[in-house]
Amino acid sequence: MGLVLDFSVVLDRWQALLDGATLTLQLAFIAVVCGAAIGVFGAIGRRSGNALVERLWGAYVEAIRNTPLLVQIFLVYFGLSSLGLQFSAFTVAAVALTINVGAYTTEIMRAGFDSIHKGQIEAAEGLGLSKAQIYWHVIIWPGIERVYPALTSQFVLLMLASSVTSQISAEELTAVANYIQSETYRSFETYIVVALIYVALSFIMRFGFWLLGLALFPRRRRLGTPL
Amino acid sequence: MNAHVIPPAAPPNAPVVALRDVHKSFGALKVLDGVSFAVGRGEVIVLIGRSGSGKSTALRCIDRFETIDGGEIEVCGRRVDDARLDVRALRQDVGIVFQSYNLFPHLTIEENITLAPHAVKKVPKAEARALAAKVLAQVGLEEKLHAYPEQLSGGQQQRAAIARSLAMQPKVMLFDEVTSALDPELTGEVLKVIEALAADGMTMVLVTHEMSFARGIADQVVFMHKGKVHEAGPAGILSSPSTPELAQFVGTGL
Repeated sequence: MGLVLDFSVVLDRWQALLDGATLTLQLAFIAVVCGAAIGVFGAIGRRSGNALVERLWGAYVEAIRNTPLLVQIFLVYFGLSSLGLQFSAFTVAAVALTINVGAYTTEIMRAGFDSIHKGQIEAAEGLGLSKAQIYWHVIIWPGIERVYPALTSQFVLLMLASSVTSQISAEELTAVANYIQSETYRSFETYIVVALIYVALSFIMRFGFWLLGLALFPRRRRLGTPL
Repeated sequence: MNAHVIPPAAPPNAPVVALRDVHKSFGALKVLDGVSFAVGRGEVIVLIGRSGSGKSTALRCIDRFETIDGGEIEVCGRRVDDARLDVRALRQDVGIVFQSYNLFPHLTIEENITLAPHAVKKVPKAEARALAAKVLAQVGLEEKLHAYPEQLSGGQQQRAAIARSLAMQPKVMLFDEVTSALDPELTGEVLKVIEALAADGMTMVLVTHEMSFARGIADQVVFMHKGKVHEAGPAGILSSPSTPELAQFVGTGL
């Protein structure tokens, strides 16, 4: 017996693979942007001092962290359709991934915000800054800076996890792979190629976040401190 | 803003800061037990005493970082003990500098200084930058405008923190053990800046353990002991204390 690999039939479908990869990145982009926004508000909510608000955000975080992503996707998918709402698989996937990453981001950002020393906040209060101004200037940005590597990892994980949305036929990379392997019967080759594409997407994302970090945190850039 | 709480116009010789029979407890621990003192315009009051005597708490009550349980505090015509106090307005009149500098590490020195004037007082950016250059020159750090706090020595950071407070043009400055984290050489450069401010007529309340500095700068010394003002008077009381507690404190302090 010998292993004979034939990639040609897979690579012939590069256009479909490229479309799938593009859709994967689009899903990740939407979920990261919306999830980061949820994370900021969630972290503020979990630190608000209001018991009800803190519990509601806590319940959301726990619900997401203790259930599988695939089940969450199905819940959004069937939940929306049982309400009589018809959305494209892409929209459902984007919503489900946003809800998922929003919960993890809430926890990461909360850790970042909590790490800001009380003296920083007192200094800002002493200068007469409002609560919102203190959050914006003294807590949110330095807090995000501290947990930026953890956020980057979480967002890359999310991009990889988006492969699960192939289950509701979102046309992302893994769904394209499923389709190609069923057409070509070259399953092993197909998934090798797709795995390599995921590796490339991860590198692209990490590079993107590295560039974004340079833009967001000028002190790191100026002093050459690694994130 | 509480529009209905208009501070009464203070008479010209009214104290800038006045504490009257102030009481404050942290749980079962009585920290301030009937503290009274007053600071006139341009006066320098130095609070001294052992750790735990209540001097830092008294200072923090002036800027409403602690709320008091009893008594009155008046600052620039505002009743600080009033629950309806506009705390942000109070803090525009009062500058406070802490032991641990608390500069914002992610901002340059210039950004540290321009932040509050721009965000709170709506001073235009360009004007705020001019202000930053001016107050930095006042503390002798004009060349550090674009440095980050971590690039500065402790003494320089503390001087920058003083400049940041000055940029809000406060009517009174509070200094809470601002040299306690510094070695003697760096302490000297910070104290020089504070002396220059005093000479300029700034009203100040200082908590310090630097006795010779206190002697040189204080118009009035307040010695706190077990939550009370145990002895108060001109700087001379440090050389000839009338209570054994102050004598012992000064004796061990030298």
